This record gives sequence, C-alpha cells and structure tokens, in this order.
Amino acid sequence: MSKVLSPKEEFDAKPWAGKLRKYDILKEGTIALVVVALLVTSLAFIFGSPDEKSLTFKGWAISNSDNFYATTVQELAGTSGTATYGRPYNTNGDGLNVGPLFLQKWAGVTQRINAANDFVIEPLMNQVQSPEVKAALSQWSTATETQRTKWATTYDDAITKVEGKLSAVPNGDYGPVPALANGLTEMAKAGALDAALLSQGGFFQTDSTKQILFFGDGAYLDDAGTAANLQGGTWGMMNETGRYPGQAWLWLYSFWYQIPPFTNEDSHPIGANADVYIMVIMGLMSLGLIAMPLIPGIRSLPMRIPIHRGIWRSYYQSEGIKRRKR
Amino acid sequence: MSQKMWTARARESWQKNLPIEKLIPDTQPSYVASWIYVFGVLTIAALSMIVLSGLILAFAGPAWYHTSSFGHWVNSLHFWSVQLFFAFMVIHLWGKFWMAAWRGNRFKTWVSGAVVFVLSIATAFTGYLIQTNFDSQWIAFEAKDGFNSAGIGAFFNVTNLGQMLLLHVAFLPAVLGLLTLIHVLMVRKRGVVPPIDADSSNTEAAK
Repeated sequence: MSKVLSPKEEFDAKPWAGKLRKYDILKEGTIALVVVALLVTSLAFIFGSPDEKSLTFKGWAISNSDNFYATTVQELAGTSGTATYGRPYNTNGDGLNVGPLFLQKWAGVTQRINAANDFVIEPLMNQVQSPEVKAALSQWSTATETQRTKWATTYDDAITKVEGKLSAVPNGDYGPVPALANGLTEMAKAGALDAALLSQGGFFQTDSTKQILFFGDGAYLDDAGTAANLQGGTWGMMNETGRYPGQAWLWLYSFWYQIPPFTNEDSHPIGANADVYIMVIMGLMSLGLIAMPLIPGIRSLPMRIPIHRGIWRSYYQSEGIKRRKR
Repeated sequence: MSQKMWTARARESWQKNLPIEKLIPDTQPSYVASWIYVFGVLTIAALSMIVLSGLILAFAGPAWYHTSSFGHWVNSLHFWSVQLFFAFMVIHLWGKFWMAAWRGNRFKTWVSGAVVFVLSIATAFTGYLIQTNFDSQWIAFEAKDGFNSAGIGAFFNVTNLGQMLLLHVAFLPAVLGLLTLIHVLMVRKRGVVPPIDADSSNTEAAK
C-alpha cells in the first residue's frame, strides 16, 4: 500500500509547473570550470604545496643513534610497539575492543611481522657483515628461543634502567644482542637499512609496512611529528606540515581525540580503547549523514529555522509568499 | 516483441525518465536564483581539476614531484583543487540541508550525494598516504591504529604504499566518478527541489 501524500508533498514531487527562467547549463559548466581553473592555478603559483622530505633510517641512526640502538634491542626482546601489537601483525596482543566486540582480534593476522627477524636479523643477514656481526648472527640463529629472549630482555631491562644512556649500561650476559644492535645501527648509519627493509631479499616491492612500523617503535618519527604539530592531541589528524591547510574535513574525527574520556588512556573502557570507539562513532555519524532525511527532529530543522527564507528570498518576495505555519 | 528486450526496455525507460530536455535543460524554475546553487557545479569543476592534475601525476609516478619543479607545480594544482573541492562540496551540502532537498521523492539524491561526500574523504585520505614524503609516513603510522582497531586494517593497510596507490588512482576515483554521475542524473531527473514555503497555489497563480 503506497503512502498517502499531503498536498505539499505531492507538490514537491511533481514537475515544476510555475514560472521558468532561462538557464544555459553548458555555459554555466564552462564558466565554473574556467573560474576554478584560474583560482587553482593562482593558488598553486602563489602558495605552492607542502612536501616535507621523508625520514630515513640513516637520518635516525645518525641523529639519535642511542635511540635507534635501544629500539633495535626492543625488537629483539619482543618488547617494542610492533612486537606487542597484536592483529593484524601478530598474536602478541588482543588489541582494542568495544564491549564484547573484539573486531581487531577477529580480523586475524593478515600482515605477519616477526619484529626480531624482519627488522633486525633478516636485514643483517642480507648484507655483507663484519666478522663480529657474523659471529653474533650465528650465535643468535643457533640459540633456543628461550635463550634469545633471556639475552635480549636482560639487555633491554638494563638499558631501560639507565634511561637509554648506553654508556651507563653495566656488563652482563647479553649474548650476541649488543653486537647485533651495533651491527644494525652501523648499517643504518651507512644508509643500507632503508633499502634492505623494503626489499627483504626480493626485487619488486611496494609495501612499506615494515619500515613505517619500525620507525614508529622509536622516538625519531614521534619527535618529528611533535615538532611539526601533527600529534593527535593537537588536532594532528587534520594538520599539514608547514603553513598549509590540511585535511580540515577530518575535524570531527580529530575532535573526539581532544575531549575526555578519549584523551585518557587509563580510563576504562572508553579511553583505553579510544581508537575503536572513535571509529565506531564516526561510522555511525557517517550513516547518520547519509540517512539524515529519516532522522526525526533533524530532518525538520530546515522548516523550523528559516534559513531557506534567505536562500529563496527573491522568489518569495516576487511571489509575495509568506512563511508557512507549521 | 521489443518490449521484452532488455535494450529496448532500458532505452524506453531512459527516454521516459530522463528525456534530453531534462538532461541538458535550457530553462529552470524561477526560484533557482541564488548563489548557493553555484556550489554544486563548482564542486564538479574542482573535481575535474583534481582528475586532470591527478592524471598528469599518475603518468609521471608518485615520486616525480619531489625532483621536478613542474611536477611540484602540478602537485600544487592537485593539492589546491582538493582543498577547493571540499570547501565547495561542504557549502553545497549545507545548502541542500537547509533547503531540505530530500523532499519530493529526492531521498535517493540526498543519499547519493552524502555517499559521495564520505567516499571523497576516503579518496583524499589515500592521496595523503601516497605523497611519499614525511607527511605520508606520519599519517600512515598514526592512522593504522584506528583502522586496525576496527578490523579494517587487516584488509585496508594504510602502510602499504602499493595498495593505497592503486586505490587512490584507480578504484576510488572510478567509484566516485560513477556515483557523482548518478547523483547529477538524479538531480536532472527529479529537478531542483521547490522552495519550502511554496505550494500549488503559487504555480496556479503563475498560470
């Protein structure tokens, strides 16, 4: 059974039977294109566009070698952000959840990463190394998993205890870990790690996941993000490098990261799972935008707040149409 | 017999719903007389500039503009086209909201436009990920957590340059272009929504 339409609804749906005005759609389109082309060309000439050079492992290892070294040890110990991340990289963490929904966990491991092997051991093995590093690689590869973890975590703990000051780390039984970390640091300083991480022994590669994750485990990328005012807590999602407009259309997404409980990582369950809650909120809000004409209250706002009187002012005036009573 | 043919039925349906006079009209209802109406066509014009500059960038490859001054200028064209595109589209969207433009069987037109808006955000986002500079490194690292947390990252890997590149230059523009076309055809089919305070007495008086 079809819905009975009110006279006004019928009027809105029918083809317009009132006065017409001339309208040249092709001319309008052409003028719009020319105006926008001129505007864009002018803006491009005057302001250009941002292009901050990408960071490299070489830059990291040279500018903050202690941090690079300590991050390498964390990768070997399995204590880095990537090593403990969980899905989609490994099963070493449960990830975030919304109530009983563990969406991250359920999606599974689709981009498997073994931080110790992929970030440290494989790149070292794919390069010509000094006898010391070769011996360390041999000692590492023949040791049991338990022994490797013991060496690396003992060393990681010792570095953490002296707050990353490598010269203050006491002697101990760290096995081949110092030699491996030193080997990777030297490799990175020489500029060989950037390519080695990407290729992983192959020729054609287009996946930069490993480099990005390794970068994020250390302080280099984070410091650069802070310096460029790109951190999430400062509306970073919608900011751009330099003095350029960024993705302003992400303002609502960024907004949630500025207010409690999303700003407090220790607050359960929302703050600790802020990323997934915000994704769900934004998903629902996007659906709300798409289905807005169905939402009671919001759909009647245009009739209640007479902004349309301004939009159609000349028509209303010429026809002497007063505001309708609702 | 021709009534049963798909081709004949499709042609007849097109001619009935969207005759050439509706598709490229030379008249409009007299109420279509406000600057707010300009922002729809400006959005499409900005989209055209995005596609044009994007095609040049695609031909030369994602890293070209770092080393070529002409490439950097084309990148600037692309950048500012996107900025204007969103500015125009948001004004268009607000305008249509305050007109309650979904009235008179125009719900699907609103839906197609809103979907284009959401999809445009996704398309622009993939563009920021393939800049192959510091900005894209940062955005990829930061954004992965949101997508991973919702299980989307398992299939939509923002740190995979190759995947984002293909989505940005092939799949997403194709879908966006198609949806924009459908949106425009819907507007042409239904016509521009009449003013909220107008009713049949106004058109009767006009006759």
